[in-house]
Amino acid sequence: MMVETAGWSVLILCSGIFLWGAWAAAVDRRPPFLAPALTGALSLLWSVAAVVLTVRFINGLGATTAMTDRFPWGVWIGLIQAGVAVSSGGYVVAATVHIFHIRRFEPVLRPMVLTAFLGYCFVAASLFIEVGRPYRLWHPIAMWQHHSIMFEVAWCVTLYMTVLALEFAPVVLERFRMHTAIRVMHIILMPLVIAGVILSTLHQSSLGSMFLIVPQKIHPLWSSPLLPVIYLISSVAVGLAMTMIASFFSSKAFGRALDASLLKSLASAAGLVLGLYFLVRAVDFTARGAWTSVLSPAWLGAFFALEMGAGVLWPALLFATAKSLDDPRRLVAGSFGVVFGVTLNRLCVSWFGMVPHTGPVYFPSSMELIISLALVAAAVAAFALAARFLPVFPAQDEGHARPEQAPRHAPLAPPSSLRSAKGPAPQVPAPEEA
Amino acid sequence: MPEEISRRHLLGRTGAAAGLLMLGARRGAAEAPAPGAPDAPAPTASGGETPSVLVDLTRCIGCRACVRACQSANRLPETEAGALRTAGAGASQTAGTDAPASWPRQELAFDLWTAVNLNKKKDGNGRERSRFVKQQCMHCLEPACVSVCPVAALYKTEAGPVIYRAERCIGCRYCMVACPFDVPRFEWNSGLTPVIGKCQFCAQNRLFRGQGPACAEACPTGALKFGGRNNLLFEAHARINARPETYLPHIYGEHEVGGTSWLYISDIPFEELGFKRDLPKMPLPALTWDVIDKIPAIVAVLASLFAAVSLGLKRGEKSV
Ligand code: SF4
Ligand code: SF4
Repeated sequence: MMVETAGWSVLILCSGIFLWGAWAAAVDRRPPFLAPALTGALSLLWSVAAVVLTVRFINGLGATTAMTDRFPWGVWIGLIQAGVAVSSGGYVVAATVHIFHIRRFEPVLRPMVLTAFLGYCFVAASLFIEVGRPYRLWHPIAMWQHHSIMFEVAWCVTLYMTVLALEFAPVVLERFRMHTAIRVMHIILMPLVIAGVILSTLHQSSLGSMFLIVPQKIHPLWSSPLLPVIYLISSVAVGLAMTMIASFFSSKAFGRALDASLLKSLASAAGLVLGLYFLVRAVDFTARGAWTSVLSPAWLGAFFALEMGAGVLWPALLFATAKSLDDPRRLVAGSFGVVFGVTLNRLCVSWFGMVPHTGPVYFPSSMELIISLALVAAAVAAFALAARFLPVFPAQDEGHARPEQAPRHAPLAPPSSLRSAKGPAPQVPAPEEA
Repeated sequence: MPEEISRRHLLGRTGAAAGLLMLGARRGAAEAPAPGAPDAPAPTASGGETPSVLVDLTRCIGCRACVRACQSANRLPETEAGALRTAGAGASQTAGTDAPASWPRQELAFDLWTAVNLNKKKDGNGRERSRFVKQQCMHCLEPACVSVCPVAALYKTEAGPVIYRAERCIGCRYCMVACPFDVPRFEWNSGLTPVIGKCQFCAQNRLFRGQGPACAEACPTGALKFGGRNNLLFEAHARINARPETYLPHIYGEHEVGGTSWLYISDIPFEELGFKRDLPKMPLPALTWDVIDKIPAIVAVLASLFAAVSLGLKRGEKSV
């Protein structure tokens, strides 16, 4: 009991500080105590998480999580699925730039590949903690069982992480001026991108297919034969949303100009995808006659309304109205709505939607959430570090960076802390706000 | 060579039960049949048919002899409940009467592969209806657990029983989610070497050597009857037809999720006894196979599409 109280306090304190930091960054403020607060929260969170991890690997999942035989998959599975979805920016932008040759989007390609790679690192790390025997995670590669969706997902994720690492390799190579290697990378880029997009299509949808085998266990609001399609379309939407979020915050963090027209196109595309998504869900609902179960039980109906309202309709509306298209902050707010909606959707499929079947037997322990928050924080911190030390963002006023170009450092501040990623003030005011 | 069958020491908290061994690990790699490879000899015990057990709920007296037989045949730790039962009010109890207050509920666990519990339910007239119900893996004819397991740790032997090979298991627990009967259980308190536990139909230690499962052999009342599936279905129908005023005309397991090796007949509706209802009649693995089946085609189409688009647009870009 005491442990749980302490755990929840740490959790609330840390997430509060992180939210404060994100807010401050979004509105261009820099409150004096923010930086030390963020450093403190990170150290606290990571030390507590280290303790939790130790307990998990000594006394087992039962000692750290609220999962039981009656509820064998908890919040981690939902967040892992959401993590994969949120990392879809990598393949969406890669396809746009390299397959459809819409070069305008090239400036956001590298940041999105990096986001995706780190997102998958979050997923891999979570899985490492979640499965019973992480040192056997390679087993699906050696012991084939091709009837299993999980087997397919394991292969796709492993291969796609490799693809992402290769796609990001030129950035590192540039930094160290390894020109021959860069030229080689340039040649294999196209097949690599195509492979990445196919792998993503497959496993983004397969994460939904994983739940096809339990139609009787999931509430009709989320149990559908179209789950793979629903997962795939929503992953594209959230990929575009993440691209907007990443562009916005990196422009803040690194004092770069925000390309407003790019953001606008992203928003329009996301709006279209959200519209399609809504259509598919509505048709699916009607075909299955699921509207009748919207209110039984009511709390699930409310979750559904939240998912569709805050996560689909509201952002779609924002992205479609001319007024908000000119206001990056609104677009970013809408993007957060999409991320929230997709995360909630994944949690509903794998967790909330199961509750009518299992009964109220599971609520995550604070330790489960501490681990997840610590991993998310690590991914964000890694992004900040990479953006600082590697040529992730194109040089200012130079839309089309070519791989052969000399490496540039993303601005300037001494690489001493994570501060600037969290609570920065822009060194250059973004032009559209000036 | 029954004792040579793969097993491991239980670790962690169950260390108190050190010396207890469990089916299914470490040395199993060499011994367990690989998928596709010919299995152990066809079970002569069931006359070459799919080995099955028919459970007649009207005959069960809740003595839990089957549970204890399972524990000793599979070297599982003896539970408190099993022990209590030995000492407590004996097998004189008749079906349907209330159990003594000291009669503790058993839950299936990674180290308790079968459980017998009293299920009570008030009927429409306020009359209490109850039966003892034995739970264990149903050994589905087309098991969902096997189809979802990414490493074939759960494996349907050619003879029929669904067995678990711990040396492959990664502990992802997808089997627990997928099983329509919520059978597989996980060793939650092991830090690094957790296993899944479920009934193995005594496959390697008894069945493949010509014996029926230990529980059926131990049952003193004939509530459990081991045999070939078709024979048992025939017998079940015969019992129902002989006493239609007693039995309900439903053999649980005949059609549920495509059929199971364990079959139940009862005089009280199954859903009142905690059996899962509304299970589809079709085998569940088909639901995912329908999708997996299409993956090669999807890959081929996407690959050619993307290659064409990308090359075509690139050429266009250059000529502009
Ligand atoms: S009852 Fe569950 S564990 Fe047993 S074979 Fe069927 S799906 Fe597998
Ligand atoms: S927990 Fe083990 S047996 Fe169950 S699906 Fe995962 S790998 Fe297979």
